Amino acid sequence: MSRLPTGGQIDRTRKISFRFDGQYYKGHPGDTLASALLANGVRLMGRSFKYHRPRGVLTAGSEEPNALVELRTGGRQEPNTRATTVELFDGLQAHSQNAWPSLKFDALAINDRLSNFLTAGFYYKTFMWPAAFWEKLYEPIIRRAAGLGSITTKPDPDLYDKGFLHCDLLVIGAGPAGLAAALTAGRAGARVIVADEDFRMGGRLNAETFTLGAQSGADWTAQVVAELASLPNVRLLSRTTIFGAFDHGVYGAVERVSDHLLTPAPDKPRQILWRIYSKRALLCAGALERPIAFANNDRPGIMTASALRAYVNRWAASPAETVAVFTNNDDGHRTASDLLAAGVKVAAVIDTREDAPALQGAEVLAGAQVTDTAGRLGLKSVTVRLANGKSRKLDVGALGVAGGWNPNVALTCHQRGRPVWNNAIAAFVPGAELPQGMAVAGAAQGHFSTHAALHGGADSARRILADIGISAAAPDLPQAEDAPVNITPFWHVGGTKRAWLDFQNDVTVKDVKLAHQENFRSVEHLKRYTTLGMATDQGKTSNMGGLAVMAELTGKSIEATGTTIFRPPYTPVSMGALAGRSTGRDFKPTRLTPSHKWATEQGAVFVEVGMWLRAQWFPRAGEKTWRESVDREVLATRASVGVCDVTTLGKIDVQGRDAAAFLNRIYCNGFAKLAVGRVRYGLMLREDGIAMDDGTAARLAEDHFVVTTTTANAVPVYRHMEFARQCLWPDMDVQLISTTEAWAQFAVAGPNARKLLQKIVDPEFDISNDAFPFMACGEITVCGGLRARLFRISFSGELAYEIAVPTRYGDALIRRLMQAGEEFDVTPYGTEALGVMRIEKGHAAGNELNGQTTARDLGMGRMVSDKKDSIGAVLSRREGLNQPDGLRLVGFKPKNPKARVLAGAHLLEIGADMTAANDLGYVTSACYSPCLKSFIAIGFLKAGDERMGDVLRAASPLTGDDTEVEIVSAHFIDPEGERLRA
Amino acid sequence: MIINHPLLGPCDAQEFTYKGDARLIDRPDGMADGADAAFYNYAYLRDNPAGQHRELWFHEQGDRSWLVVTRNTVTHEITQVELARDVARKSGRSA
Amino acid sequence: MHDLAPLTALAGTTPVQDSIGPVTITEAPDWALASVAARLGQEKACSTALASVLGADIPGVAAHTQGPAMSAFWTGPHIWIVEAPYDSHEDLAAMLSAKLGECASVTEQSDAWVRFDVTGDGIERLFERLCNLDLAKLGQGAARRSVIEHLGCYVIRGTEGIHVYGPRSSAQSLHHALTSAARAVF
Repeated sequence: MSRLPTGGQIDRTRKISFRFDGQYYKGHPGDTLASALLANGVRLMGRSFKYHRPRGVLTAGSEEPNALVELRTGGRQEPNTRATTVELFDGLQAHSQNAWPSLKFDALAINDRLSNFLTAGFYYKTFMWPAAFWEKLYEPIIRRAAGLGSITTKPDPDLYDKGFLHCDLLVIGAGPAGLAAALTAGRAGARVIVADEDFRMGGRLNAETFTLGAQSGADWTAQVVAELASLPNVRLLSRTTIFGAFDHGVYGAVERVSDHLLTPAPDKPRQILWRIYSKRALLCAGALERPIAFANNDRPGIMTASALRAYVNRWAASPAETVAVFTNNDDGHRTASDLLAAGVKVAAVIDTREDAPALQGAEVLAGAQVTDTAGRLGLKSVTVRLANGKSRKLDVGALGVAGGWNPNVALTCHQRGRPVWNNAIAAFVPGAELPQGMAVAGAAQGHFSTHAALHGGADSARRILADIGISAAAPDLPQAEDAPVNITPFWHVGGTKRAWLDFQNDVTVKDVKLAHQENFRSVEHLKRYTTLGMATDQGKTSNMGGLAVMAELTGKSIEATGTTIFRPPYTPVSMGALAGRSTGRDFKPTRLTPSHKWATEQGAVFVEVGMWLRAQWFPRAGEKTWRESVDREVLATRASVGVCDVTTLGKIDVQGRDAAAFLNRIYCNGFAKLAVGRVRYGLMLREDGIAMDDGTAARLAEDHFVVTTTTANAVPVYRHMEFARQCLWPDMDVQLISTTEAWAQFAVAGPNARKLLQKIVDPEFDISNDAFPFMACGEITVCGGLRARLFRISFSGELAYEIAVPTRYGDALIRRLMQAGEEFDVTPYGTEALGVMRIEKGHAAGNELNGQTTARDLGMGRMVSDKKDSIGAVLSRREGLNQPDGLRLVGFKPKNPKARVLAGAHLLEIGADMTAANDLGYVTSACYSPCLKSFIAIGFLKAGDERMGDVLRAASPLTGDDTEVEIVSAHFIDPEGERLRA
Repeated sequence: MIINHPLLGPCDAQEFTYKGDARLIDRPDGMADGADAAFYNYAYLRDNPAGQHRELWFHEQGDRSWLVVTRNTVTHEITQVELARDVARKSGRSA
Repeated sequence: MHDLAPLTALAGTTPVQDSIGPVTITEAPDWALASVAARLGQEKACSTALASVLGADIPGVAAHTQGPAMSAFWTGPHIWIVEAPYDSHEDLAAMLSAKLGECASVTEQSDAWVRFDVTGDGIERLFERLCNLDLAKLGQGAARRSVIEHLGCYVIRGTEGIHVYGPRSSAQSLHHALTSAARAVF
């Protein structure tokens, strides 16, 4: 069958062309892929997960377990897209999935014949041994056989965005309850957001034939939506799924801005991930119809009765010329009468109830059950066992199954709320514990009539708003149907053939029986053992049936059996939406140094250091390897002068009368007596006695210090200092602020460093060795009056300074230093040369301050003052950290200078087995030293200070390196410190 | 989660950095007798209740205030938010 | 007078300006900034002194106030950032330090930040894609710290739009966030 001649909310004046499995079809604006396929006579849309059974649509909404397709091609290919929610667009391409070579002939349908072996727990039982086979053999085979769609390996060409919204009231779902609530709140002036996953607001009103007042449901919806759209305080978000209810009124939503287009408009996102801050939320998510399990109930053409009715009413698409309805409640009869009215033949209404009401225009088989079906790729007939025990076969192409409605409680469970059983409607309804600020109205609350939904929505909105101080008037609501729920629960037809409960994960009644037999009886065990409800639809159509069967088997009530709960996301969320704009190069922000532009012009190679991009080395013409460049930079610096951008070090301005006393507690060594105009190295400990960070503190005035931190720890150290200031010593007069970004800072190092600086430092400032000795600091001016700070500190071991100017002048200063330094062959150096020089000098850095080492390990044990209370001092003195065979920082020189030593290598006695028991320590930093013409390294060795001159192995089972190294002092260059004092 | 900052009003917990038990405010005196044992308790012995808990949160992306947040670790209900500095002073800490 | 030429945070010699749909995003390098933190026990004295320097009330929590020559915004308890035109106030920190004396700690912040001025109709729609602030409640004179694209930024509602201060070293990332969001919205 195909499109009905009239009706439906589709634009028949326009035709849309689309392809499914390569075949061209036509649809109309307003269609979904599912409705358009049905209108084209296509019932077969996919193959099932495990048994590769032919499948069609089960539903007409986002709860769809069966009709999953791969949408689009190339980088935009998207697997597991529900055909029932895909809005049709011109040029749409979809492919069936989990079928090979074709949907109609699927080789792996053999699994269906093997179903006796593929029952619940099959994988657990069969693929146990040998364990090693699991990863390499079993899992790949199973993954290939059992599966859903495949993802593209190409990059997604589209943009995604993120955003934040705020409201008084978030209305989730724009059916009759949601619209009535939104109208009530919107007219009262409240800030309202209405989110609906459909592209057309109205919910079931779009799929039903009954009227609201004198209007059709669709017309009433259109009128209300138009009014809401005119209110500036109301925001309508269609095509938007609220996928999670998070703490304290925060909701996650995905707006599918461009999914209904072939490609998004330029620069426009495909989807937006919204984080919605709501004071209150009203869940009006409606209800989902559940199927009844019976033999072979999964053939294409068998669907929920409400879906059958929706396809006919909303999309004027009937899956077949002759249909039947299988029901346990009055609502199934509504489907039959709607279809009759639309001109579809109804062979019979099979009603499990003995007292089923009669229906005009169709035969009602009261007390009857569907016992089997036929039709390989689509339903051809159903076999009915009549009340009198006789069997009758009905030739139908579609069967609507009405097992009753489940309130759509998913979001009420996201904060672990448990739904409770309501006998009157034979369904679980939201429990008392809802996410903070959430209320539920309409069918989601178990109030199934349109009248109840309208009034429930409006009343709830008024109540909620009163709660937050907004008074709202009751809107004039139209007359609407108020039919009672008339249901006699019926879950599955007995028999020996397979009857499906969970269509997406291929779980049958038999599987539940097996779980029961093997004592996996609690709902949580049932779920995990059979995988019931664990597919991407989270069992929206299947959980209820599964636990009802289990209840029957255990002889308990459904109430006593209980239910599993739902978790976010309500429907799958694409990774792109979660990533938002932060992809590729923009995955995280980049921090650029003040000399970045200049360094780029020099052809520098950059390295990521946290968020910073730093110059790693500056290659020159003819240099073939990075080592050539780095060796040159080191040698040139040590021979004359080099310049390096060190802006990335954290800088914290510490001021106040108690600034010195404060630093005295932050650092393990003393700061109280540091003179103005001097700098001191400081080591910070964590309270457990482990080294945290190191740096320098420069005293610019009695009450003013500038503290530096390592690049990596700038943020944690600032946080730590604020903790100490606010929480530990709240009455110290000390103020902190980060100034890392404010100053461009360059290290100028090498024997000619002073001569170079003297060319730019203004003449009134004397920086001679006498006037400005090692560890001096001061505020100066450069280049004719620019304010600057000068620190005589050295990381390289050379005569060195760090000079800082306001960041905007950093670019000009590096250019000036290069220009002024021409006569000294000044060399810019990058982080590699910086690293080499600090290893040569034996300075600890992040590799040594690795969160496991103490001041004592670092050779700075004597720095920890016992004359004062400082953070970490007490616990640094405990026995465990002060063993005679504790680790010590030492240097390593390979016996063969050309043999490399690797950071991470472990130290062993010559001849000892490479076992943890024989481990004597490890190498933390290693490099080639162009000055010593040898590889060198530093690291931690047990009782290392007593082993100078010994030879050990530095071995790495990871790389296979195994080098004999001599234990030496960590200070390879100028151990007496003569150069830096020169 | 939303933390109702005493100065700024409701703020998203994403703006904060979590530290842990608010008893970290009660740092012992490192120069006092018995400091070893006191610091051992301070650094290592803390409750981890399933239920109401007083915790330190730092408004790192906000006004840089340390807060003491009383939160139910099971339900995430937040019943009290104070400036940690005030809490510290109230508990007798000064300079 | 020194002879070093400054660069803007976006590494240009002139500020970058982008017009996207109805909004204009302009790099604003011409502001001198200094933080003023009250010394312990001097909170009142500092507030009074700062108000007199500003020629306006000191800003309350999360607020910005405008004086005749300078303006200021609140960044934390008893700490503010003072703004003044760079050309006339390059020495802002030194000047404030001299005027406020012992009651405050002053720190130069001019080059710690990149500032973008965002103007035009519909900037609320732009900022809802950028940060979690409720723009509807962020009236003129509001100043809040927030996170834009992982960066801690100050968002200030001025008379003619919104001023965003972000970390200067990430100026390019912040600029990319502002402009790409604008193109996505408009």
